[in-house]
Amino acid sequence: MRKVSRWFGRNLIRIYAVVAFTYLFIPVAYTFAFSFNDSRKSNLVWQGFTFANWQNPCGAPEVCSALGNSIKIGFLATFFSTILGTMIAFAIGRYNFKGRSTTNLLIFLPMATPEIVLGASLLSLFLVFQINPGFWPTVIAHVLFCVSFVVVTVKARIASLDPRLEQAAMDLYADERETFRRVTLPLVAPGIAAAALLAFSLSFDDFIITNFNSGTMTTFPKFVYTAAARGIPAQANVIGSAMFFLALAIVIIGQVVGRKRKVS
Amino acid sequence: MKKVRTPYLLLLPGMGFLLIFFIIPIFNLAQTSTQTALGGGDTGQYKQTFRFANYVDAFVENREQFARSFVYAIIATALALLIAYPLAYAIAFKGGRLKNVMLVLVVAPFFTSFLLRTIAWKQILGEEGFVVPPLRALGIISQSTTLTSSSIAVVAGMTYNFLPFMTLPLYASIDRIDPRTLEASGDLYANGFTTFRKVTLPLSMPGVVAGTLLTFIPAAGDYVNAAILGSPQTKMLGNVIESRYFRIVDYPTAAALSFTLMAAILILVTIYVRRAGTEELV
Repeated sequence: MRKVSRWFGRNLIRIYAVVAFTYLFIPVAYTFAFSFNDSRKSNLVWQGFTFANWQNPCGAPEVCSALGNSIKIGFLATFFSTILGTMIAFAIGRYNFKGRSTTNLLIFLPMATPEIVLGASLLSLFLVFQINPGFWPTVIAHVLFCVSFVVVTVKARIASLDPRLEQAAMDLYADERETFRRVTLPLVAPGIAAAALLAFSLSFDDFIITNFNSGTMTTFPKFVYTAAARGIPAQANVIGSAMFFLALAIVIIGQVVGRKRKVS
Repeated sequence: MKKVRTPYLLLLPGMGFLLIFFIIPIFNLAQTSTQTALGGGDTGQYKQTFRFANYVDAFVENREQFARSFVYAIIATALALLIAYPLAYAIAFKGGRLKNVMLVLVVAPFFTSFLLRTIAWKQILGEEGFVVPPLRALGIISQSTTLTSSSIAVVAGMTYNFLPFMTLPLYASIDRIDPRTLEASGDLYANGFTTFRKVTLPLSMPGVVAGTLLTFIPAAGDYVNAAILGSPQTKMLGNVIESRYFRIVDYPTAAALSFTLMAAILILVTIYVRRAGTEELV
């Protein structure tokens, strides 16, 4: 008995981690389980097992066009915010210049502004210039809230670089440009990749800012929110689950490739 | 000469973007907030009259929702900190080879849309879910007690949804702690609790500050959890702003409320960061 309680005491923190992860994954498991529900109209009550939803993920009206919009917006927002953010991160992380603290503040402010204020203020700008909310306004809105997160992520990576590596490259007669291309950039690349992944997931999952700036265009989160009132089709669960496994696969492959590269 | 110019060239596109799509809209919002409706004409038409009383009216009319936003956000942030700290600690110190896998698992629920997960909670805790009927049958809760449509459900939903935002910075901070400092503390006859209070916690403060900010700010402006898991009695400021914009087309009030919310958050955050002693914001 004492052995048991001692084992318990020593592993308490591990047991806690298992419980916490269970808590995190309960709704994911629920979403996955109900993607197999043989639901005719509303996906509220379990009615029997079926593969039909997975065989026909676009079966519900609008769900796939919403997903397509989300993916397109996600890629565009990731592309632009990663470029803009990485440039800013290099400027802040590598140079001492006048106005550096103002720049830092300007990067922090969008993160300290609640999404609803960002979304509302951007919408009023578009209204003033008589630009209709829709696809591109949504892309702009997403770039806006992703940029700061990219800057923070890439900046952290730049700060953790060993300056001696670049000095060594210079000692070996590499000029500034070559040092950047062959030493600095490859070393910062994992940070940029992480930032891009973060930007995509933020953009893909965003609802509040999108709701303000997308007009009549639907994205996947918007589809789910609107459908919630009359019951979400099981196809939405299929897409949610598929995205989950896809993201997990990408990350795992990334890890394996990264490890192999380290070994060789 | 080239060296002086490079940082500005790097900053130009990004800062230009932020100027046009962040700074100008914020000023524009400030302008909108003091406008008044054109009499008689269509709804949604306003002219500038610098009516600062808009702020007073908006605040007085919605002070309940305002208070609720901050109370809910503070409770949810505190709960998230309590749940996330031991988890981040476990990943950093006991993760071993599984560290990276566990980190991925913290972020993984993100990819199933947070709306789907929130709605999943609503159904799990709802009348036909697998929690309420057994509890009722066992007599633990009364027949009329519901778990959804309450402030508890809204706060729980917010805690759940913002948990990864709390866990990641905490992990980054705790992971940087040299385990030898903890051993040293033990060698100096500190017990586990004292070591935590005097060594681990102070060293992880940057993570605590970053995590609480990343949770509190979106939580205070959130309206999705209140819309899905709450009832009309749990409306937050976000719900009011949303309906003023889309349903009532009352832009000045919505703008005034947005501004008040932003100002209140910035003031609270500034006080908090000063108190916590970490001036380094990001």
